[in-house]
Amino acid sequence: MRIPTPRGMNRRHFMRHMATSAATVPAMQFLSDLRTHAADIKKAQKACILMWMGGGPPTIDIWDLKPGSKNGGEFKPIDTKGDLQISEHMPKTAMQMDKLSVVRSMSTREADHGRGRYYLHTSFVPNPTVVHPTFGSVVSRELGAKRPALEIPSFVSVNAPSGSPGFMGARHAPFVVGSNGQIRNASLGDDKSRLNQRLRMLSVIETNFINSKRGESPKSHKEIYQKAVNLMTSEQMAAFKVDEESEEMKDLYGTGGFGQGLLMARRLVETGVPFIEVGMGGWDLHNNVFTTLRDQRLPQLDQGIAALTQDLSQRGMLDDVVLVWMGEFGRTPRINGNVGRDHWAASWSVMVGGGGLKGGQAVGKTDRDGTRVDGKAYLPGDIWATVSHALGIPSKTVHRSKRGRPMKLANGGVAIKELVG
Amino acid sequence: MQSGWDTKRLWRWLLLSVTGLALLGQGPFTDTVSLADAADKRSAKPAAGAKTKARSRAAKAAVPRAALTGSAREIVDFINKQIRQGWTDNEIEPSAVAADSEWIRRVHLDLVGAIPPLETVESFLKDRDPAKRTKLIDNLLDDPGYVRNWTTVWSNLLIGRRPPRRTSRRGMRQFLREVFARNRPWNKVVYDLVSAEGHFERNGAVNYMLAQMTMRDDGVQATAKTTRLFMGIQVQCTQCHNHPFNDWKQDQFWQFNNFFRQARRVDHRKYDPRSGRMVDDFSELVFTDFSEKVFYEQRAGTLQMVEPKFFDTPVDAKPETDLRKELARLMIAGQNPLIAQAMVNRVWGHFFGYGFTKPIDDMGPHNPATHPELLERLSLEFVKAGFDVKQLIRWVINSEPYHVTSRVGGDNKVDNPAAGEAPLFSHMYVKSMEAEQLYDSLIVATGAHKAGGAGWEESEQQRQQWLRQFVIAFGTDENDETTTFNGTIPQALMMMNGELVQKATSAERGSYLNRVLGERGSDTVRIRRLFLSTLTREPTRRESNAAIQLIKAKKGDPVSAYQDLFWALLNSNEFIFNH
Repeated sequence: MRIPTPRGMNRRHFMRHMATSAATVPAMQFLSDLRTHAADIKKAQKACILMWMGGGPPTIDIWDLKPGSKNGGEFKPIDTKGDLQISEHMPKTAMQMDKLSVVRSMSTREADHGRGRYYLHTSFVPNPTVVHPTFGSVVSRELGAKRPALEIPSFVSVNAPSGSPGFMGARHAPFVVGSNGQIRNASLGDDKSRLNQRLRMLSVIETNFINSKRGESPKSHKEIYQKAVNLMTSEQMAAFKVDEESEEMKDLYGTGGFGQGLLMARRLVETGVPFIEVGMGGWDLHNNVFTTLRDQRLPQLDQGIAALTQDLSQRGMLDDVVLVWMGEFGRTPRINGNVGRDHWAASWSVMVGGGGLKGGQAVGKTDRDGTRVDGKAYLPGDIWATVSHALGIPSKTVHRSKRGRPMKLANGGVAIKELVG
Repeated sequence: MQSGWDTKRLWRWLLLSVTGLALLGQGPFTDTVSLADAADKRSAKPAAGAKTKARSRAAKAAVPRAALTGSAREIVDFINKQIRQGWTDNEIEPSAVAADSEWIRRVHLDLVGAIPPLETVESFLKDRDPAKRTKLIDNLLDDPGYVRNWTTVWSNLLIGRRPPRRTSRRGMRQFLREVFARNRPWNKVVYDLVSAEGHFERNGAVNYMLAQMTMRDDGVQATAKTTRLFMGIQVQCTQCHNHPFNDWKQDQFWQFNNFFRQARRVDHRKYDPRSGRMVDDFSELVFTDFSEKVFYEQRAGTLQMVEPKFFDTPVDAKPETDLRKELARLMIAGQNPLIAQAMVNRVWGHFFGYGFTKPIDDMGPHNPATHPELLERLSLEFVKAGFDVKQLIRWVINSEPYHVTSRVGGDNKVDNPAAGEAPLFSHMYVKSMEAEQLYDSLIVATGAHKAGGAGWEESEQQRQQWLRQFVIAFGTDENDETTTFNGTIPQALMMMNGELVQKATSAERGSYLNRVLGERGSDTVRIRRLFLSTLTREPTRRESNAAIQLIKAKKGDPVSAYQDLFWALLNSNEFIFNH
């Protein structure tokens, strides 16, 4: 007796549906797989949080004060828990300085915002022949690739001009979010089953095109959509929801964009994201530098850095998370006619901490008036080489530009000895 | 596959297949070769014997012969011959001719930057005129969409999608609209762009230079970009050292740089009575005295002085000489200036996804062209035709290679430039839609372009506004040489959940879907219509079935099912690729 089967529904046909339905909301079984992975994710995973100070912060008033000099300005230095003094208007950070260090001997030659921003993010001076990747894209590639359980992007940028992934390619582009944690167009909506129906229809049309012998691009398209759907349906999306933190936690970090951004960064690190850049702007202080710093910038900055450092430390995460604080350059030691400071790249400071690096130190020094570096000077590549060391990225790593030109990691910078020990 | 064709069998096969498929009323073949064409080819004499030659004849037999005359005919024939020679030399066979449905979508996207509207598609598919493709090309060249599209393309090339501060995008576009609407000779356009002076809205051409002068860099960026964009030569490496791959020496960069030193950007501010503060006003480019010498630092640290020189031509730089005008004059002079071959390469690359060199703007003995004689001949003809851009386009897209399908055949898999091979143009290469093309195509797919109303300026504003969010998600800073999908997750999220697609798939009264559903006809007819207005083709049987399943599953709510189908069509890889 012939058992009537519905037309077209033989086993092969059904299996094909299984294959082509890859881009659907995960079934219950897959969700439980995710939860077992979650335990792995909570285990220590290295990350870097870059705090980007857009505009070029006056580091001579924050990290490397010159009280004896006519360039010293209005602020006084205070003692810290580390072996160095910092600005009196950073008291909370001073209590965390045993875990953080300052590199006072940065010296670059790019005092233009655009060029400086590019240089500090990539370790390379802008060059018309190639677009270098911002360092977050490098980390996304080196570390993100090793985290298969990570369903959200491996490079997140919060209110920061992160730059381009360059020759790393679009998959390592920064995922841009606002500090309120809202991601454009990512909400799943209420109707999961409707999305499923849509994706099934989509799959039929896409498969037809993929099978029509037109090269690789149609398939890549499908893969990106898969990633996007993973994002939409992932429980890891909760990492962006800063609002879910307790009120105490939110108050600790500060309710402004910078504080909330850092809080989000901590959550993202916990989920396994290896690189988060959090931006704070308004540092281009050609006028009224002291009042602006004292009344507006430093309180926010101080609160944020201190909260993040303390929080990571208390959670036992600080050894696995490198913190970097920098802008595109420093500001002139000489105070101008508008009680401000102008662009200055010849001698300035960057703050680096956590990640198992030595804290509490001032690395390198500037002269009495802050106009020159005394002794060895450091470049952006050296900072990123130090970060790479802390993240476990081999220093001999070489990438290739689109034309096959070899590009050394961090432009051949060398990890700073005083920090890596 | 096919063995030993003779003309009789060919004729019989064609007749049967065309009739047969016409009866089935289905599949993408109903609109290929007309009977008249087939009859024509019947009289074609077979070339000396090999089966490959016969097969290639079968492919050639179906190419719609460009309805051109005179010198245009001759030039197109030359293109075809040169490209075919490349196939023969590399022992490959071209893919088949693209079906009308595939081709009309491609030519619309390439020429006017959007997919073709449904009515245009249906009338084109029905048209039996053997010259219809050539006529469509001419119509599109005269379409306002052509002006808009090429204004966008060149605006992006000249000043980028996010133009730098203190540059007028509006001024740039006004200049370009005039260029393409009047089909201004390309040499004059280059002259204007390189030498322009003045207010950035009164003389829109200055925005090109202004966009290169945002940093105080002694004209380095202007030097690098001008040589690359207009002349197709990459001197920027030689800013710091002799070129590693060719004969360029370091002094050549700085010789060029001389020409840009007299240009100065002036940004004006004005008092805003409402806020009581100074705000940005206009910017302009002015001539300024530059009597200093240009020095550059060699690798060893020694300083070299260099005078303005255009390749081997020294320039007598008196203090009152306007060096940029001199440069512009020299750039467009001669029987076959570099600007001609650079433009030919770029135009070819625009339509095929790849030019004759890779990268498209790095031409020279160190990077030989894939089809050097063709490039040379096209450049000479372009100059002879008075740098007529539309005519150049006509030659390129009436040629045989522009009409082959993007499906890779059995014999031309090696023709794979995405994998690094030199392009042979034996099949069309898949290109990603640009963001602007996507926007405009969504407008067309939902019939919103017919809604009219908004003037040019306003609809441009709307598109710009929508693009602003898109550019973060979509475009990269580099003008990539197409074909690899440079999609990102935010782009996918935007397509899946974003406002524009939501609007396009809206079911409210007056919306496109509502209209489709309001018309008489079966589900099959409606499904077909949605496929045609997005993918410019009929659905396959499997797709039809899947769509019908979807509609059945939502029996009480057909609109919702159609929304889902439309959503899937707009989000598909096939929609977003130009192939």
